Parts: sequence; structure tokens; C-alpha cells
Amino acid sequence: MDINVTVNSKPTSADVEPRRLLVHWLRDDLRLTATHVGCDTTSCGACTVLVDGTPIKSCTLLAVQANGREVTTVEGLATNGQLHPIQAAFKEEHGLQCGFCTPGMMMVTAALLEKNEDPSEEDIRWAISGNICRCTGYQNIVKSVELAAGQIKAERADATTA
Amino acid sequence: MSTTESHVHGIGQSIKRKEDDRFIRGKGTYVDDISLPGMLHMAILRSPLAHAKLVSIDTTAAAALDGVVAVITGADLAAHNLAWMPTLSGDTQAVFVTDKVRFQGQEVAAVVAESAYVAYDALDLIEVEYDPLDVIVDPRKALEAGAPLIRDEKEDQTDNRCYHWESGDKGATDAAFAKAAVVVSLDTHYPRCHPAPLETCGIVADVNPATGKATLHLTSQAPHAHRTLFAIVAGLPEQNIQIKTPDIGGGFGNKVPIYPGYVAATAASLLIGRPVKWIESRSENLISTGFARDFHMSGDLALDNDGKMLALRVKLVSDNGAFFADAQPTKFRAGLFHIVTGSYDMPVAHIEADGAYTNKAPGGVAYRCSFRVTEASYLIERLVQNAAYELGTDPAALRFKNFIKPEQFPYKSATGFEYDSGDYPRALELALEQLGYNQLRQEQKKLREEGKLLGIGIASFTEVVGAGKSKEYDIAGLKMFDSAELRVHPTGKAILKIGVQTQGQGHETTFAQIVASELGIPSEDVVVQYGDTDNVPYGLGTYASRSTPVAGAATAVIARKLREKGRTLAAHLLEVSEEDLEWETDHFSVKGAPDKKVSIQDVAFAAYTNMPDGMEPGLEGVHYYDPPNMTYPFGSYLVAVEVDEGTGEWKVRRMVAVDDCGVRINPMIVEGQIHGGLTEGYAIAAMQLIDFDEEGNCIGGNFTDYLIPTAWETPHFETHETVTPSPHHPIGAKGVGESATVGSPAAYVNAVVDAVRHLGVTNIDMPVTSAKVWQAIQDAKT
Repeated sequence: MDINVTVNSKPTSADVEPRRLLVHWLRDDLRLTATHVGCDTTSCGACTVLVDGTPIKSCTLLAVQANGREVTTVEGLATNGQLHPIQAAFKEEHGLQCGFCTPGMMMVTAALLEKNEDPSEEDIRWAISGNICRCTGYQNIVKSVELAAGQIKAERADATTA
Repeated sequence: MSTTESHVHGIGQSIKRKEDDRFIRGKGTYVDDISLPGMLHMAILRSPLAHAKLVSIDTTAAAALDGVVAVITGADLAAHNLAWMPTLSGDTQAVFVTDKVRFQGQEVAAVVAESAYVAYDALDLIEVEYDPLDVIVDPRKALEAGAPLIRDEKEDQTDNRCYHWESGDKGATDAAFAKAAVVVSLDTHYPRCHPAPLETCGIVADVNPATGKATLHLTSQAPHAHRTLFAIVAGLPEQNIQIKTPDIGGGFGNKVPIYPGYVAATAASLLIGRPVKWIESRSENLISTGFARDFHMSGDLALDNDGKMLALRVKLVSDNGAFFADAQPTKFRAGLFHIVTGSYDMPVAHIEADGAYTNKAPGGVAYRCSFRVTEASYLIERLVQNAAYELGTDPAALRFKNFIKPEQFPYKSATGFEYDSGDYPRALELALEQLGYNQLRQEQKKLREEGKLLGIGIASFTEVVGAGKSKEYDIAGLKMFDSAELRVHPTGKAILKIGVQTQGQGHETTFAQIVASELGIPSEDVVVQYGDTDNVPYGLGTYASRSTPVAGAATAVIARKLREKGRTLAAHLLEVSEEDLEWETDHFSVKGAPDKKVSIQDVAFAAYTNMPDGMEPGLEGVHYYDPPNMTYPFGSYLVAVEVDEGTGEWKVRRMVAVDDCGVRINPMIVEGQIHGGLTEGYAIAAMQLIDFDEEGNCIGGNFTDYLIPTAWETPHFETHETVTPSPHHPIGAKGVGESATVGSPAAYVNAVVDAVRHLGVTNIDMPVTSAKVWQAIQDAKT
């Protein structure tokens, strides 16, 4: 089937097998390997991407279902080589260890902070509770999200003032 | 050792991790990210039955499917003498089944195809006929006379016993028990769980048909050991095998063994002449690769009337699954379980362990632990709490009474360990103070009067990590040392190559910090390389918290050797004698004339441009470090839980962790390791379980059944430290990656039991689910 998907702001067309999972299309066909696969049951969230701004587990969406929509992966977070505040915050607060869950964690964070610019710890823990991390115990991920939220809010305030 | 060398960013500084720059951009390279020209994909067919004769396999339809390149069965592997392979414990394991299936999920056949989708399609077309046999999933039943023989292919194997092993002094222990005023006992099962790193296991095997070189991109925690074992298993010349371990998405012991899929993919690449990728699914990971624990333990602790410990006796049955594949030193059949006397001055002890074959997956890996130390720590910490109840003493007070005292170090334990250093009372005191223990005990009493349940659990663990020394410790005969090669370039920048393997621990950062402190080269100028056996010196890999204790020591030693060569160069440059020089942070200066100095960068340049006559040029070296002893990290963990009597649900109110891992190289990274370990300890205590029904069906074969805590359930941790350096380690560090997983399960379980003890509950086995707590309360009432 022919599909047209905007991937990380870039219009992308492809002929895909109807059963092909979005995550395999992204990883194996487009070679966007930041998005990972950690389970078979939609449990771990390592494959989370944004589809029209909503965090979606890309192992549970067919590539054809993304037709006509906008998909954002971690490769699309930085702009002009400049790290997104979420990326900078994960490094700053040691919010990652092996790095395998990190792309998914950052994508759900992006969606959370889009909706809620000042999340409580409880908001954050709930928002990332569809994503499993085996290394960090989540505590520093929570701190990373808090830091990112503060940065983004400050940037927005600056932009408004300017 | 100064920890304030700010401008070189050395030991003691929480500098940000170097590896993060690629991970936060999604630019890590995990095995599944590798795609090679002409690469094929392999999928494995696994047995649905746990014990069954293999009658026939028909691969005709699978082989005929468009896109299928090959179908491989056990018979095909047998034709190349690859149907069986050695395990890390000196047993043999079937690569693919040739005679009979011995556990559910065992490898029966594989399809190699142009795409992974086609490979999985073809699996459905393979027809296998099985003849079911009686299944044994309980190791105690497996050891009974007349039990069906699981390992019937082994000569001289007439029962399901895979080992018997003892440690300590039986006679002296029995004598001490005969005199004891108080004996407390605990029968408990440390259940089977699985490390479940978020990245599953996999390989891209690339055997070049023209050169014969086998490049194996592998999820391995021990690349060199795997290279040697591959050479032995596959009969490939070792110089033609290159193991490359790119970024590894967590290991926790799961990536120490060699799995059948690795062997099959390599054989397929060798025979077909194209690269072959095999990435296991999560279910395959959980049902077939290295599990952990599964110890049925029975412990007795003897004390006198004053609560002084006299002796410890443990009998255990270990469930090893169908093949004895524990990853542990050869001479210790139950790993380092005999550290079970823990943090206590125990005059005598005796441990008896029997291993049993069952119809379950093999493994017995050290899941975030040093070879069965976790089971040992759990047992003694649970027993100590029971003893306190029995004696009517506070559990903290009983610990203080029996701790090995700081002045007793080095301390020789009843089972032969020499504890290097420790200050156990200080760690527990700090934890009690941080928790506000006494106030909490008062609150507990008050709440009980109101019918509310609050429990406080303590675990004061001692770990043993950093194997070897090589005289006592090996893996599959390979002695446990480790290595570091340091190359300082003319401009004073350096590359450090190490034989250990990071899976998220941050070696690229911390090992550079060791070089910075020892040689004065800023850590940002030191690139750390690992995970390519053609490029880095031989090492035994990363597990059992051995990177810092062993390879970290090797790094410090080689940096010091280069510094000494630097001293000769500096003397030459400054035209003084070496004795007149002193070293400070990053330069040599003339004693009494601090302005007369040369930096390490000047020295490095001189090593290539202006060395004294007769000196060997260059500033490079390699060191293989054979540790004189293990290191013994320790700590005290305190957990306060609230239990709902009506539902059995329990919640952690406070979790206070005091860790002493000696000198901390990067405190931020150490704290992160502890957070992760405390979470896995909580996971094991609360939910993680690989269970089986009587037919040997694995329950827990995916993440909807094998429960992993999310951010929502995971407690908030309050971490604190004491620092008692290891006296025999060059920088005083002890290793920390596993302490929290070893020590914390007992603290959580002790807390829940403490909350319901007054209702008559004496034990709840892990995982402590709300259903089990509720049931225990009901049982106690009746």
C-alpha cells in the first residue's frame, strides 16, 4: 500500500506491506533507529513516537495507519543541531543509563509538557508509567522532566517578553 | 587521593556522562540497529512442551516459502558437531533439540530468510511431532527417587542431581546448635525471576566467506570470554573471531551466557556466506534465557540468651533448570552463597546445597548480583529479624550486638571469606537517624492501637564483589583478572582500552576520571574504548560488580606506571634528578621551586620528541590486574510500609538507603546505580516472578505476566553514604552496581512482615503480592 507520512517534518512516501508495523517501517526502512523495541505486548514503551502530537507505541500501530499523519521520533526533537530542552535535561539530571528506554521516555515527556507546562511529580510519574526503565529507578527521570518543564516554561516566558 | 582536582575532572566529581550525547540524540548503536549489506534474518522455533521426545520434524513447507534461505534443525547442527555446547558451569546444553525437549521454549529449529517477517511466517510451516513425557517443575520432587530422568543423555547420570556442595564446618556448627538457648528457623523460596534488560539478546553474525573472519555483533557482557568459548564451541580459529559489543541496552547478568541463537546464527552465516541477524523477542528472552535465583532455602540461626549469634546452618535446594548453566566460578557450585553469615560475627556455619535438574529453562545468572550473594543476603537478613521477634529484642539492636566490629577487619568469616573493610554500626546508625527510627516505632505502636498497619524493615547487607583473585575465581576455566591499556598521544590526549563492558554503567566517563586523577589528563581528553575484542586487551567482562574493583584497579595501575615513566621524562626536561621532583595533580615540579614545572602534556610530547638517551619511546602501556582479594561493599536499608489489612495492599512510605562502596568515582553515577538497584530489589520483592504450572508452561513469559514496576509503583528513595575505602584496591573503590538489588529485597519483605507480625504472620515469600499478604493475614487469624 502507498502511504504518505510526514516524518520529523519531512514528507515521506512509501509502498509498504499492510501488516508492516510502524516501528519496523521507521527503524528498518527509514533507518530511524532511535526508536527501540523492548517487548511484544505494548508494555514497555521503548517504541513510543508522537503521531499528530499524541504519544503512540509504534509497535502497535501499522505503518499504513500513519498514512496522512505526522510522526515525530527522537531524531526530530533537536532543531538545527540544537538539543531540545528535554534532551539536555535528561543528560543534566542523569535521567538515563543504558539509553534503551530513553527515546520513548523523551517522547512521552514531550507530549506531557505540551499539555501541562508545570506538572507535579505525580503528573510526571503517571505520564511516564507506560514506559519501562530497568536502570534508573525513574527518580532521575522525574527530575529530568521537572528540569525540562522549567526550561521550556522559562523559554516561553522569554519569548513572550521579547 | 585528592577528590578536589576540579580542572582535571577526576575521582569524586559528578561530571556529566560522555555517553549521553549519543543516547539523547537517539544515536546509540545497539545490536538491532546494525544492518549489513545482504543481511538475512533468523527466527527460532521453540517447543511448546516442557518434556517430550522429538519424533519428527518436517521442514519442507517452510523451506519452500518464498524468501526462505535455509531451515536449520538439530540434525543439521549435529552434522557439523554443533548440536551441543558447553555451559559456563561445565555442563552441556543442547543448541537445538536432537533427542528430546527438556523445557518449554527450548530451541527446536530456525529459519533464515530475506526478512524477519518471512522468517516468522515460515516457523508456522514447520511441522514437529512430539511424544510428551512426565514433567518435573519442583526441584525437591526432581531429587526424589524414581523421578523421571531429565538428563538421560549424560553418561553416569542416574538421577536429577546436578551438584552437591558444602561449605563451613558441620561438626562445629552442630555442636554450637546443641548448646544454643534459642534457635530460629526460616523456610523460604527465593523465587525464580529474570533480569529482563529492556534490550533483549541478539546477534548479527557476519562470517566473511573470502577471509573466514567471523565478526559477531553481540549483546555480550563478556566479549573476550565469549570469543574464546566460540572458538572452542564452533572450532573457529580464535584470531579469526572478532566480537563487537556496541551499545548494550542493559544486562544485569542476562547477557553473560552464550545462547543457542548466537551459535545458530553464526553457523548459518558461516554456511550461507551472508550476515545473519537474530534478535529475540521479549517472550523468547523471558522463557529461554538466563533466569535468576530459584533457591529453596532452609536456615537455622543459633543464639544465646543474650542474643549473641552462635552458629548458622543452611540447607538449600537449587533449581537449575534443564542444563546447569549458572554463570559462576567453577569451584563454587552454589556461587558465593556461603557469604550467608552476612554482616555478623558468626563463630561457625555450615551450608549444604543440592542442585536439581528440572524441566525449566537453564540459567542461574547473577541477576544484578555477585553469584548468588542475593539469596544469601536475603536469608540472613530475614533470619535476623525473626530472631529479634523470638528474643523480644529490637531488630536494630540485635544487629548492633552481632555486627562484625570495625576493629575486627580484615575479618575472616566462618566460611572462608576475608572481609576487607567495613563500619557496619556507622551505616546502620546513619540510616536509623535519617529515617527517624525511634519516632516511627512509636507511631507504629500508636497506629496499631487504631487498627492501622505500619511496618519497618531493616537489611544490613554485606556484598562480596570484584572477582577474582584468579587463584580461586574463574569462568569456564578462564581466570578472573582484568585489564587496561592506556595510550597517551604526543599532544597529551589519551585512549584507554578496557576489557570490561558497559551496559549503561557509564564506563566512558568513570574510567576517564580514574585516568584524570592518576595521570592528570583531564577526563574530557580521555576516550574510553571497550567492546571490540580486536581492539581492547583481554578481560572477563562486566558482571558481579567487577568493573571498578578489577578493571578500575588495572586502569589506576597502568596510569601510575605511565606517570613514573613521566617522572623520568620530566627530570630529563627540567635537568634535575627524579628524586627532586614531586607530582601534583597534572604536573611535576621541582621540590622547593614550584615554578619550575612541566605538565603531563609536556611530558607526553617529550615521550615522542625528546626522550633521554636509551629510553624506550612512547607513553603507552597495558596492565593485567589480578586482585589480591574481593571487595566487600555494605550498607543498611530501612523501609517503612503501610499495609491495608482489608486488601493486603502495601505501599512504601519511606525508603532510606545508606551505601558504603568505598571511594566513589562519580557520585552522580553511583547514586544512579543505587536507585536502579533499589528498584529491582523492590521489583523482586513485590512482583517479578517466573512461575510454571505442573505441565511446565512458563507463566511470566511476557511483560503483561512478568510484572515490572513503572514510575507509578516505584518508591521514592532517600540515599546516603558512608565511605570506608577498600584497603587493597588502588583507589579504595569497592563496586556498587549490585549492592542495592542484593540488600534491599529483605528490607521490603521485613517491613511487610513487621507490619502484620502481631497478627501472627511469620513469613510471606516473595513476590509479596497483596493477595499473599491478605491470605497470610487470614491464615494467621484461623
